Amino acid sequence: MLPRVIPVLLLRKNGLYKTRKFKDPRYVGDPINAVRIFNEKEVDELIFLDIEASKAAAAPSLRAIADMTRECFMPLCYGGGLSSLADIEKILRLGVEKVAINTALFYQPEFVREAVKEFGGSTIVASIDYKKSMWGKNTVFVKGGSTSTKRELREYVKAVEDIGVGEVLLNSIERDGTNAGYDIGTLTEISQVLGVPLVACGGAGSMEDIKLAIDQGKASAAAAGAFFVFVGKHRAVLINYPSQDEIRKTIGSDQS
Amino acid sequence: MLRHLGAEAKVTRDTQELRSASGIIVPGVGSFDNGVEKLTKFGLDKTLSTLAHTDHKPLLGVCLGAQLMTKSSEEGNKPGMGWIDAITKRFQFDASERKLPIPHMGWSYVRGVAEDQMCAGFDDFTKFYFVHSYHFEIQNEDIALINSHYGYSFPAAFRQGNVIGVQFHPEKSHRHGMNLMKNFLALCNECSHV
Repeated sequence: MLPRVIPVLLLRKNGLYKTRKFKDPRYVGDPINAVRIFNEKEVDELIFLDIEASKAAAAPSLRAIADMTRECFMPLCYGGGLSSLADIEKILRLGVEKVAINTALFYQPEFVREAVKEFGGSTIVASIDYKKSMWGKNTVFVKGGSTSTKRELREYVKAVEDIGVGEVLLNSIERDGTNAGYDIGTLTEISQVLGVPLVACGGAGSMEDIKLAIDQGKASAAAAGAFFVFVGKHRAVLINYPSQDEIRKTIGSDQS
Repeated sequence: MLRHLGAEAKVTRDTQELRSASGIIVPGVGSFDNGVEKLTKFGLDKTLSTLAHTDHKPLLGVCLGAQLMTKSSEEGNKPGMGWIDAITKRFQFDASERKLPIPHMGWSYVRGVAEDQMCAGFDDFTKFYFVHSYHFEIQNEDIALINSHYGYSFPAAFRQGNVIGVQFHPEKSHRHGMNLMKNFLALCNECSHV
């Protein structure tokens, strides 16, 4: 299988934003336009996360999602504010094949279990945000990184896998938007104990970082936000994605 | 995607509407037993069988929709529709190898194993998007159409006459999927003009 390279697009109201360490959302443009560009570049997959839905307890904006799915013939994952089976069903009917669940994993694990039964495990992605505590322990946060669960990451990931999710999207809050490289140590630790695909997120600054996340971190996929929306040290907004040729040259070998 | 290719498409379980179509796509998401139950509940197992085997309409099963055409699946206890000389098995890796994550989720290269119009336009970099924990095990090599690889080589598609099944998602596979759908539409056109 070819390792996936996945842009993560953060939605807020109807705009596309990018955060740094989950803070200071900066407007980067119109999501539909971004989707069009990524579609032309034949990206492996797209992840949309509504960064305010959970905090505001708002229902996802279906119209915005429908506008985006009409544009692309590629795998899509949507996350943000999902807390009922009806919510998920509405999203899937729009042609999205995976939904990411984050905050509800902590508060309503039974709901996630039901979702797995109803829609199949491979439809449900566990999105997990973490940062190091004062004592250097990886701790899981929810509600857009604003609330600590006081749960240790590795134990939490195992518990989440037992629920039956098909994939884990692991996001380092401290590396978000920094381009400082992925948290390879944590990826390695988690991929060793996880039986479902692991998607690394947070810190990508180069194709070399992506290669490391896959080769050393043993992630099945590498996701990134800032790396695909900014260029240069002044962080000018430019939607970009490596060419198929470039991806093949860096990480393209079929590793299975 | 079908509209993009200039074809008309409609989601239906109505027998008359299915009969008037020049080709039928059988999608599928969820578990095997649930799929079998739903098909029987609406009498679609019988309808589809008649359309495929008496009317010789082209059928394209996608993912679970294709698995349901096999005889059985390790995922469930109910028998499949059993049209195809194949069963559906779970990925199983040798204890000596690194255990690959299940489901197989992502892009894999494929290879056409039969000279077939469904594989027209394939090259060395043809790849499709897969999401599955179970795969076909073909019991009659004549129906093998496309192979892929995840830990080991497995059948990614079969074709038995006018019935085709693919494990991957052409509708999510950019121009590669578009090409395969184009091939299927060409087959539908040929069949409706006979």
